Amino acid sequence: MSKLSEPQLPKSDLPESVVRRRTLKAFGWFALAAVVPVGVYEWLTHSAQSAHMRKPLRRVLDTNARIAKSLFSNNGLVPTFDVEYAAKNARVNGHYGIKTPVDAAWQLQVDRPGEEPLLLSLDDIKALPKHEMVYDFKCIEGWSQVQHWGGARLSDFLAKYQLGTKGNTDEYYAYVGLETPDKAYYVGIDMPSAQHPQTLLAYELNGQPISALHGAPLRLIIPVKYGVKNLKRIGRIFFADERPRDFWAERGYDYYIGL
Amino acid sequence: MKHVLHKHPLAIRWFHWINFPVLLVMIWSGLLIYWAYDPYKISVGNFTILSFFPDGFYKFLHVPFRLAEGMAWHWVFMWLFILNGILYIGYTFISGEWRHLVPDQTSFREAIEVTLYDLGLRKTQPPFIKYNGAQKIAYFSILLMGIGSALTGFAIYKPTQLSWLTSLLGGYAAARLEHFILTVGYVLFFGIHIVQVVRAGWRNFQSMVTGFEAVEPAIVPDEPGPTNIDSLPPNPLPA
Repeated sequence: MSKLSEPQLPKSDLPESVVRRRTLKAFGWFALAAVVPVGVYEWLTHSAQSAHMRKPLRRVLDTNARIAKSLFSNNGLVPTFDVEYAAKNARVNGHYGIKTPVDAAWQLQVDRPGEEPLLLSLDDIKALPKHEMVYDFKCIEGWSQVQHWGGARLSDFLAKYQLGTKGNTDEYYAYVGLETPDKAYYVGIDMPSAQHPQTLLAYELNGQPISALHGAPLRLIIPVKYGVKNLKRIGRIFFADERPRDFWAERGYDYYIGL
Repeated sequence: MKHVLHKHPLAIRWFHWINFPVLLVMIWSGLLIYWAYDPYKISVGNFTILSFFPDGFYKFLHVPFRLAEGMAWHWVFMWLFILNGILYIGYTFISGEWRHLVPDQTSFREAIEVTLYDLGLRKTQPPFIKYNGAQKIAYFSILLMGIGSALTGFAIYKPTQLSWLTSLLGGYAAARLEHFILTVGYVLFFGIHIVQVVRAGWRNFQSMVTGFEAVEPAIVPDEPGPTNIDSLPPNPLPA
């Protein structure tokens, strides 16, 4: 591109009255247009709340989730690393739902509509094929850390015990709900994310049984979500078509937060 | 009679002014998000020259404990930022406006001359048509930075589904830092932009609203005719 390729600006001769009129008109429109962002801000910050988030924002975030769900598939995998990249001391962040000692009589309860709840021991989970994964765990606060987790695929677990489907059909419920034994912490996960091949019922960290602070004896590891959905010390699992309650979504966060 | 230059097409003016509140919301909500994990600083050895950001700065702007709110605003207004950017870039290239914008091989030398002139170290500034070399580089960089913000933003928004993009940008933590640096770039650009617009004066500023700029009849010949670029006087109003 040489200098000559830049065209001259168009010029014209206009009577002063025309210039004045056009200037006033342009500034009139400008002032009027400037009211729009102020109006949008006022409207947004005074609109009704839905779970501590302004409803119009909540609606757009739910639309974002629908777009993400329709565009993305479970073929999208979180990158994994060699085991030597894993942090020796995985960071602990958040104590909701695990403030009491672990109950020695812990059992995993899985609710089945129209049937008795399924009660399982940790050995039942360990009987499923074990998967180990070293990946970049991402906290909603913004930090991330490469961590080494081991456990059973949630999808294997659901298939083995024929869970998550409606009656005798192949149709899955839309959501999986999980909560801690004391019900102080709880999350809802959309079924496709729950079925993601890297979503684990984890019982090992760095090859050792998970410590109490990391969610012993069994916790969720779900790399397609921020850490807040990776519920520690799973007490109960259930299935629903309506969104299960979610601790942080109730406190103004996006419900889906799919990565 | 007034002799006027038709400087900014209507579409460009819309894109410019829409970008102002949208980018403001993106930077503000981005700050609410950044607060929740704010490790960046410029330091030499153990001595911190500049911390992003000191507690007083957050407190003054009422930033603390608003992560959820920041994310909500950020993930809504990002669509407006991207849409406005796509329309701007599309318009610039379809209309031919890019000829005024894209720097060429003379722009860098010109930019140095303009800078010397602005600092009072040079008596005259080199001639230009719409934007001088420094402006071309600045405005074209801003366009590239906008693309960069969208890409680094998506890399940290969907690091699993778009893991190829995240990896390309050096990983999740790197993409977050890049996203932040670009934002610091906008703030620096904004500061310089405001100073330069003030220096350039009212007639230049109002052309971003009206689209045209009256030029001195004494400088520009009244009778239109074949013009030789080199014989044209420099635009007296640098922005």
